Amino acid sequence: MLHSIVKRAAAMALACVVLSSAANASDIVLSFYYPVAVGGPITKIIDGYAADFEKENPGIKINAIYAGTYQDTLVKALTAFKSGAPPDIAVLLSTDMFTLIDEDAIAPFDDLVKTDADKAWAKSFFPAFMENSRTGGKTWGIPFQRSTVVMFFNKDAFKAAGLDPDKAPGSWDELVADGGKLVRRDAAGGVSQWGIEIPSTGFPYWLFQGLTTANDVRLMNEAGTETYFDKPAVIEALKFWVDLSRKYKIQPEGTIEWGTTPKDFFEHKTAIMWTSTGNLTNVRKSADFPFGVAMLPAHHGRGSATGGGNFYLFKKMTDEQRTAAFKFVQWMTTPERAAAWGIATGYVAVRPDAWDTPAMQKYVADFPPAAVARDQLKYAVAELSTHDNQRVTKALNDGIQAALTGAKTPEQAMHDAQQEAARILKPYQ
Amino acid sequence: MHDAESEGVTAAPLPARAAPPRLAIHIYGWLLLLPAAVLLVAFTHYPAVETFIDSFYSTPKGRRAAALVGLDNYQAMLADPVFWRALANNAVYAASVIPLTIALALAMALLINGKIAGRAFLRLSYFTPTVLPMIAVANIWLFFYSPGYGLLDQILGLFGAATHNWLGSRDSALACLIAVAVWKDAGFFMIFYLAALQQISPQLAEAAALEGAGRWYFFRRVTAPLLMPTTLFVLVNAVINSFRLVDHIVVMTQGGPDNATALLLFYIYEVGFKFWDTAYAATLTVVLLIVLAVFALGQFVILDRRIHYQ
Repeated sequence: MLHSIVKRAAAMALACVVLSSAANASDIVLSFYYPVAVGGPITKIIDGYAADFEKENPGIKINAIYAGTYQDTLVKALTAFKSGAPPDIAVLLSTDMFTLIDEDAIAPFDDLVKTDADKAWAKSFFPAFMENSRTGGKTWGIPFQRSTVVMFFNKDAFKAAGLDPDKAPGSWDELVADGGKLVRRDAAGGVSQWGIEIPSTGFPYWLFQGLTTANDVRLMNEAGTETYFDKPAVIEALKFWVDLSRKYKIQPEGTIEWGTTPKDFFEHKTAIMWTSTGNLTNVRKSADFPFGVAMLPAHHGRGSATGGGNFYLFKKMTDEQRTAAFKFVQWMTTPERAAAWGIATGYVAVRPDAWDTPAMQKYVADFPPAAVARDQLKYAVAELSTHDNQRVTKALNDGIQAALTGAKTPEQAMHDAQQEAARILKPYQ
Repeated sequence: MHDAESEGVTAAPLPARAAPPRLAIHIYGWLLLLPAAVLLVAFTHYPAVETFIDSFYSTPKGRRAAALVGLDNYQAMLADPVFWRALANNAVYAASVIPLTIALALAMALLINGKIAGRAFLRLSYFTPTVLPMIAVANIWLFFYSPGYGLLDQILGLFGAATHNWLGSRDSALACLIAVAVWKDAGFFMIFYLAALQQISPQLAEAAALEGAGRWYFFRRVTAPLLMPTTLFVLVNAVINSFRLVDHIVVMTQGGPDNATALLLFYIYEVGFKFWDTAYAATLTVVLLIVLAVFALGQFVILDRRIHYQ
């Protein structure tokens, strides 16, 4: 009895192995790591895309693996790479480009771009997004889930303060003037509503770039080997950020938590907030008041930094796999799919022609704020990214937080940050 | 010891069957130890030794293999202000969290060991924080601490206090994290104290009462000494936790503002898995291991002598 059961089980197991290997023998299997960084049923959407792609491209299997946050996904991909079994495709932060190149983990896309159609595709993305995707004359990343910083404002609060609810502050001076009117105090003299909150935990450098870009200064060179943290215009931008709290008193003192800033906005604790466009859908759902979205205010210039994730191809692949992986990346970034992905998530659709698709035009007609991020892209710059990226970024983050908490003057903080960054980048020059 | 035993076996007047050969006993013993030994070696000893060795090499990057650099990593560490900051923070953190947690755990255990109304409910509510995962706890506390509408500010607001940016200012951020850690662990340690208290014979209390001992005197001379083995156990765990548990830092402050809440293990994580400087992370880990080893030795060698085990 037992014997026959064992026999039967063994036969079934064997059949399974034979069957599955028969189905897969000729298939090209690609593993694809992706992170989730915004709300919504992201894994379901990605699995759906993978299934659709497999249906249209028989013979290619996409093994889509949800790998956690951006940080988790990078850790998993690099650990897998170091153990000799990297993923084939991964969506990772655009700023991880130099890290991945230095680890010798990824291969550029250039060799794969052969036909005219390929060339047209490679040129189809917003130039602002390509800034973080190219270095040394090669394209290492393809924009997929990209975002940028925009300004959200509470129209009711503007009305109550006697301001035009359809006109967001367009310059630093207007921001200070409007912010002063938006601050409300309770009977005890405490502030019940702040004018503005620019979050400063987690990745303060990203929001800081909204100020430095407006002050017409860049933080690093394209090769990722130099930083300019101690330039006078950078120090001036940081001084303005600190002054919002200390001099003009329209922003809370100390650092402001990134995660709770949207909640502060919903709770009427701040009339204006700066945050990622990725929060658009969330704000639309949660704000119980009419809100506006605007470009970041200008000073000597205008603009903010792009952010978000790119497609990367890992090095360790057969030519067959590489071609299939390239096909998948192209398939995921067609105008229609870029539009659908942007509408579903709140990310900025990565190519101009995606905005001309009927689906996107209808979406923008229903919800005009969605187009603000696109319009701001003209002025957008690359997110801070250098060799040994996270360490250099930390030097700047620590400097910004030291200035905001009053531990150092903006001058001192940026000089220290620059010194540290220069020390870290020395081996790469 | 093995020899003495096996000699004892051979020396004893045995019946017909011969003693098992010495080698067989050794193999038998080692086989019994094997499962535990394999796990310990694979997951504790080997990584520790490997970490120690790695700390003398440079970080391999791309095609550049690791090279022997001697004490370079240690010199870099001594010159690294963030390392010193994290070490100092960790010292403050441990020196606050450990005594506060133990005192609170003991106080709660004494309270709910007595016969008071709603005892079951109190026990449950004291223990609840332990059951929750740290990540969830940290996310809840993040909102407790948020300026203005956070629970803490709302309560203080009732007494007319101004709002405070708890996690956003350097003076209060570390204290906020200490409070979370104490709140989280006190309930867990309370369980051990409660179990120990219930082991203490009621006759002792009766005898003390007959002798006219006051409650404080009884606690100091009878209860506390009898609880010492538990206290040692709790102390060992509290020390380990104060260096091991950094989940709340990841969620609440990421070490900020300006490294005001960076603890040693969090910094090791940052260096190892954000900066990918594995050699330097190994160097920092060696320091952490040394700190923990010194604590453990101190606890077992010095304290153990003074503890009375029943």
